[in-house]
Amino acid sequence: MAERKFKRTKNFLSFQINTDKLIPATSEEKMQASLMRDSHTFFRDAMKRFAKNKIAMTCAVLMLIIVLGVIFIPIAWPYKYDQQLGMSLYGSDASYNNLSPMQYGETEQARIANGEKVFPHLFGTDSLGRDYFIRVVYGTRISLAVGFFASILVLIIGLIYGSVSGYVGGKVDLVMMRIVDIIYSLPDMLMIILLSVVLNRVLGDNTSGIFDKLGTNMISIFLVFALLYWVGMARLIRGQILTLKKQEYVLAAKSIGAKPGRIIAKHLIPNCLSIIIITTALQIPSAIFTESFLSFLGLGVSAPMPSLGSLASEARAGVFTYPFRMIIPALFICIIVLSLNLIGDGLRDAFDPKLKD
Amino acid sequence: MGKKTVLFIVKRLVIAVVTIFLIATITFFVMNAIPGGPFNSEKSVSPETMAALNKKYGLDKPLIEQYGNYLKNIIRLDFGPSLKQKGRSVNDILVDGLKTSVKLGLAAAFLAVGLGLILGTTAAVFRKRMADKAIMLFTTASVAMPSFVIGTFLLIIFGLYLNWFPVDGSLKGGMVMPIVALALYPTAYITRLTRTSMLDIMGQDFIRTAKAKGVGNLSVIYKHTLRNALIPVITYVGPMIAYIVTGSLVVEQIFSVPGLGRAFTSSIINRDYTLIMGTTIVLATLVVLMNLVSDIMYKVVDPRVDLN
Repeated sequence: MAERKFKRTKNFLSFQINTDKLIPATSEEKMQASLMRDSHTFFRDAMKRFAKNKIAMTCAVLMLIIVLGVIFIPIAWPYKYDQQLGMSLYGSDASYNNLSPMQYGETEQARIANGEKVFPHLFGTDSLGRDYFIRVVYGTRISLAVGFFASILVLIIGLIYGSVSGYVGGKVDLVMMRIVDIIYSLPDMLMIILLSVVLNRVLGDNTSGIFDKLGTNMISIFLVFALLYWVGMARLIRGQILTLKKQEYVLAAKSIGAKPGRIIAKHLIPNCLSIIIITTALQIPSAIFTESFLSFLGLGVSAPMPSLGSLASEARAGVFTYPFRMIIPALFICIIVLSLNLIGDGLRDAFDPKLKD
Repeated sequence: MGKKTVLFIVKRLVIAVVTIFLIATITFFVMNAIPGGPFNSEKSVSPETMAALNKKYGLDKPLIEQYGNYLKNIIRLDFGPSLKQKGRSVNDILVDGLKTSVKLGLAAAFLAVGLGLILGTTAAVFRKRMADKAIMLFTTASVAMPSFVIGTFLLIIFGLYLNWFPVDGSLKGGMVMPIVALALYPTAYITRLTRTSMLDIMGQDFIRTAKAKGVGNLSVIYKHTLRNALIPVITYVGPMIAYIVTGSLVVEQIFSVPGLGRAFTSSIINRDYTLIMGTTIVLATLVVLMNLVSDIMYKVVDPRVDLN
């Protein structure tokens, strides 16, 4: 109180020093000033925001369940995706074909009557007597894998092309961007169909390993993605790089002699990471869309390997008698695409809260 | 129109022409890369017949000359005879198919734009209320459904169980479901686009001014907001046509609509190479032109836009 009185009476022009202000801070006070909160990286902040988004988190958990299921269910499931249950050494048993969900074939019924336990056909069987559940699982696996790897491919090509174009600039940029403009204006779906038709015939049987199983159609899908789909990504990256390369820290890096490759890899790309993650996340569902579309037209994976699109396409023949066979893969496509879209939206909101409407 | 706009239009035109030329070239060389001639799949053709066939279609000439002829024919809009449908030229099939497909596509496009604008405006006006939430739920769900899924679901629900519409697209009333199937995705997209740009405009000063001087609510929405909010929708016209074109490939197949899409899909299955080439070029040109028109319109309608 005494101090206050003194302050009030003090002439504001006086040079008299308030000595209280010169007392060194105690260590406790220092702690208070410095440790307000743990320092957070941008990435962790974004993830925290993402974790608060209930819809996106639900979808992320759902996708996790689907991915885990798709990886592990085939190991434990007693049936194989290409196993025709009615087929045995003694000839074929048509009673296994076109089973409704939870029904059994004749020999299985006999075994059940004997008190044995038979693993149920959750989704029934298809017209060749193959367990439909495991086919849907495999189909989901293929569709997800295609979406994922196609997006990675698009990401790599777009990233390299976009960053080179944006960083080098000038005439190189002009030429590179005109090429992008032209590829961008090609109607992608029609070109994909055309290339699929042709690559199918050109590649013929000259495939081996995993691609032999997936079929030439898959190779053509990947080729087409590599040829056509990267342009959107390349444009985005270029735009980002163009604004980023004018920043001071890039100038600083240049001045101490960093090479362009290092500047791009160490300074520019990490700074457009958020936009890369968002775009890639939204690219996956669109790749799944494309794959299912092509499979539906009969240009997708080759039999007996299923994908969600080809399952739906096969089911079209008997859609009035066995509508569930159509509905199941279609529902799976919708659920996957919907959750991936919502996860992508969630990521966008988390990484770039300004964009939220 | 300023000098810049003219320059922009010229640039766009050049790119469009180059693209169409490129599409024709890709189509030609890609189709030529198929091993064996187009007649290899025919039933055991004798070498003499094969030579005669090749000669008839000019396939014995060197590739460059074939390419020249091909370009000339395209400029004259002549796509040659169909390989599988005997006695019909690709042109006949294209014209036949287009008659149906254009009707279908236009109906879907108008439905999408009309419904999308109404829904988008409603959602923006009732922001964060029930109507908005319901509309956004609808759009989120529709965007996640590929056209063939929408198509088959409509077929099962309205064609099979409810029996409201015939399942065959060539019958009376059979076009309703294909139109809805094609329009659903663009509708959802336009709804979102309209909603976002309406919300953006509603927050601007001139709307507040209009409200302050006592303009009625409806008038503010329709005269001041919606008119400005329409501009971004124009940019979607090109992609929408592209979507409808590719969507029609499967939708026409599902509902057996005798259009160009079905002709294209069956030509893929039958390996009718001339028909594949002709259809690809026509559809691709259509898409490129629509993109061009929507880009130019966008620039002309809103001169503030700097598309580069």
